[in-house]
Amino acid sequence: MRIRTAGVIAAAGLLMLGVAACGGSGEPAATPSKDKGNGKLVLWTDPTRAPVLKPFAEAFGKENGVTVEVKEISENQQQTFITASQQGSGPDIMVGAHDWIGNMVQNGAIDPVQLTAEQKAAFHPNAIKAVTFNGQIYGAPYAMENVALIRNTDLVPTAPATIEDLIKAGKDLKAAKKVQEILCVPFGAAGDVYHTYPLFSAAGGSLFGSTASGDPDPSKVTVNTPESIAALEKMKALGEKGEGAIKTSIGNENGIPSFVQKKCAFLISGPWSMNDVKKAGFAYDITAVPGFAAGGQAKPFLGVQAFYVAAKGKSKVLAQEFVANYVTNKDVALALYKADPRPAALTAAADAVKSLDPNAEKFVLAGANGIPMPAIPAMGAIWGPMANAEVAVVKGGDAKTAAEAAAKAITAEINK
Amino acid sequence: MTTEVTGAGSTGSPHPGQAPDQRSRGGRRGKAEQVGRTRELSTGFIVSRIAVLGIVAALLIYALPPLIQTEAWTALAVVGVVTALVAYLYLTPRHIPAKYLVPGTIFLFAFAIVPIVLTFVTAFTNFGDGHRGTKAEAIRAIETSSVTQVPGSPEYYLTIAERDGEMVFLLVDPATKAVQAGTADGLSPVDGAEVSLTGKVLSAAGYTLVPTAQAAERDAEISAFSVPTAGGAVKATGLSRAFEGKADKSYDAACDCVTSPSGGRWVADEVEGYFVDSEGRHLDQGWKVDVGFANFTRALTDPTISGHFLNVLVWNFVFAISAVATTFALGMIVALALHSPRVRGTKFYRIVLILPYAMPGFAMLLIWRDMFNTDFGLISKLFGVHDWLGTPTTARLGLIVINLWMGFPYMFLVITGALQAVPRELTDAARIDGASAWAGFRRVTLPLVLVALTPLLISSFGFNFNNFNNIKLVTNGGPYAIDNSTVGATDLLISYTYRVAGFDSGVADFGFAAAISVFIFAIVATVSTVAFWRSRAQEEVYS
Repeated sequence: MRIRTAGVIAAAGLLMLGVAACGGSGEPAATPSKDKGNGKLVLWTDPTRAPVLKPFAEAFGKENGVTVEVKEISENQQQTFITASQQGSGPDIMVGAHDWIGNMVQNGAIDPVQLTAEQKAAFHPNAIKAVTFNGQIYGAPYAMENVALIRNTDLVPTAPATIEDLIKAGKDLKAAKKVQEILCVPFGAAGDVYHTYPLFSAAGGSLFGSTASGDPDPSKVTVNTPESIAALEKMKALGEKGEGAIKTSIGNENGIPSFVQKKCAFLISGPWSMNDVKKAGFAYDITAVPGFAAGGQAKPFLGVQAFYVAAKGKSKVLAQEFVANYVTNKDVALALYKADPRPAALTAAADAVKSLDPNAEKFVLAGANGIPMPAIPAMGAIWGPMANAEVAVVKGGDAKTAAEAAAKAITAEINK
Repeated sequence: MTTEVTGAGSTGSPHPGQAPDQRSRGGRRGKAEQVGRTRELSTGFIVSRIAVLGIVAALLIYALPPLIQTEAWTALAVVGVVTALVAYLYLTPRHIPAKYLVPGTIFLFAFAIVPIVLTFVTAFTNFGDGHRGTKAEAIRAIETSSVTQVPGSPEYYLTIAERDGEMVFLLVDPATKAVQAGTADGLSPVDGAEVSLTGKVLSAAGYTLVPTAQAAERDAEISAFSVPTAGGAVKATGLSRAFEGKADKSYDAACDCVTSPSGGRWVADEVEGYFVDSEGRHLDQGWKVDVGFANFTRALTDPTISGHFLNVLVWNFVFAISAVATTFALGMIVALALHSPRVRGTKFYRIVLILPYAMPGFAMLLIWRDMFNTDFGLISKLFGVHDWLGTPTTARLGLIVINLWMGFPYMFLVITGALQAVPRELTDAARIDGASAWAGFRRVTLPLVLVALTPLLISSFGFNFNNFNNIKLVTNGGPYAIDNSTVGATDLLISYTYRVAGFDSGVADFGFAAAISVFIFAIVATVSTVAFWRSRAQEEVYS
């Protein structure tokens, strides 16, 4: 009997708690007024960009009378976004690198963005090229980045005109015990296709052929063409059994620190290294990675950061307004640059900040010959096998064997 | 410490779960009255019960709307029944054993059985990048992404308005500043509208302008709104612009294919989950289909995968067994040394020895990787320059050493506990009987410690069999042979799976990964079952 009383009390309490829990969702959160509505916009970005974007997102919210939420996704942003979108809990706007586009499109996670001719013309042509996929523009670019040759001008006053000059200068300094390494290019035990791509492309190597529209063609893998094999031969000559300019012992973890500690006079890296390099306390200059004496120009990969409209977002019109009409505005781009100095994709903003930060301008110039990193999903099949081929030749392996093996693995992965 | 070890040992007891059963059965009848009184007296008890059940009820209510929205009736029924069961169980004085068993059982189902079942189910599909959603979603994505601006059409400024309660797009041509009203019926000119310099309509006779904040609330409505035109349809690009667009691809249910006016034709392939053209090229967006045993057969027959499976499996066993054996041996030596009553400062030593275990594993692994660096690493400075992680033998040895450093403190801890549970009389008796120190350890201490620790050794084996972090962060499976970028000399099945399933390259094939996980599950489950069976036999001998 007494137990039953306890049970009844508990049941009553349970009911009340349950009612309390569901009460919140039933009624509207606030009465809409003229300048503050119930519209809500959710934007996802990585932790370094979140604080930068927050004030701009909030300003947009005020202007349009909506609530804007900026959420930082600490890791694996692309996969997190795609998975969340698929189950309907994703954001309205995603911020990320342009080479995600292929995968996001094949998963139906983003919608094209309609930019007017005038808006398109305002961007650096490379930035628009990077966010174009299958003839459609999928995002509004806001920052560009590419690697360049960063040089300690105390040790090397003039920029090398060719890779041969660079190697000679590095070797002389090494012989004079002024540096320990000829060149610091992040490579590591696992290889690094991205950082070495200027060298590979300068030697004539390529990854994909191109389609009629000029996009990379996944059905034409070119890593084992005679040109690419010759390029791998040149990388072998620069490798551990050759000049010792590319080494598996220098990777992302120690490339920039080695340059800062004057262990090498040359570094191949991007704008993200500037914070460390500026603090190093020696004079430096940023120039394009040179080509070989006999051969083409170095073509670094161009990476573009862009805003995307999520296909399964709840506020798509607001998201389009933000992406197509707000961040493409010059003043917004300028303010974004001031908060986070990366070479701006909007030409007017880039021109405006030239005087503020010469480095940004130099990186853009160094990337003039660059090619946008292929955004096709097949690019995912390149990284592993190609890095392995480069590691093999850098360690002195046969270029042809390495190239054939890589081509076979890449083709198998694309056709699986 | 003693109770913990006994507890661990009893996991392997031949009759698990019977102890609480007996206890309750014996005590129930006699104590029922007393139990009731205790409950009535303790308000804290009632309050805590209300709180816990309230949380359960809140979880149910929280789960209801999304489940109803997605029409997941089975899941809804399961959640409802489970909640009702839990509420009933804890509001009735009966079924006392169930009160203890149900929470654990629910968690077992939710966090062990459901994931295993889901993995099995996924293994029979092509779920992965490009194949995540349904066919309808793929069609929608294909059509949406094919919409392009009609060549030569104006890029309108947009103002959202209403007329007679119906939504209207007021469109301003930027070149002529002419205003048109767009409705579901088409475009019609608007006269006498006042237009700002930036192209916003400030006022128009007969139309009520919708303020931005209110327009923003009607997002879905604006998004779905389209004004039919001769060339296509006018759609909004945000709240302030509109464009005349035309879809280049559209789905035709009659032929179950996607067609394009420019002549393209892609027929649905329900085996691949793609729309494929006559030359075998597919559209980017695919959908999820059941593929039967294809993932399993691929794992067994694809030469780039099955050809290496055996090598990887052998190294996987070598790694897992060496990892357990080395950490156990070192942990035992250290624990025995500190167990001796003659050692001073045991507390200090114990704290120092636990440090590797207490430090964040990820950071430690990266530091170890850098210590093995050919040119700059500590190991090269001590033992001479060598491509430590680039040579298969030294890379494998290096991984075992790293794992030893990371893993022995754990073994040291649990062995210390187990040693304290071994009665000193037994070892003393052995010594009096004339056994040497080694014989005493070998025949008395070790068997008793092993009885308690076998389950932990098995779980340690299971963990190291799938020790993804060590491999991924230190060698990433490498070194690789020049002609083989699929599998490296130090790849475990799990790191190998990760690579072949495309997670490394960011293009994931979850179906295939699930199939390999099923194989790994079978291997680990077999090894564990055999080991438990043996340990039970052993326990019966020694206890």
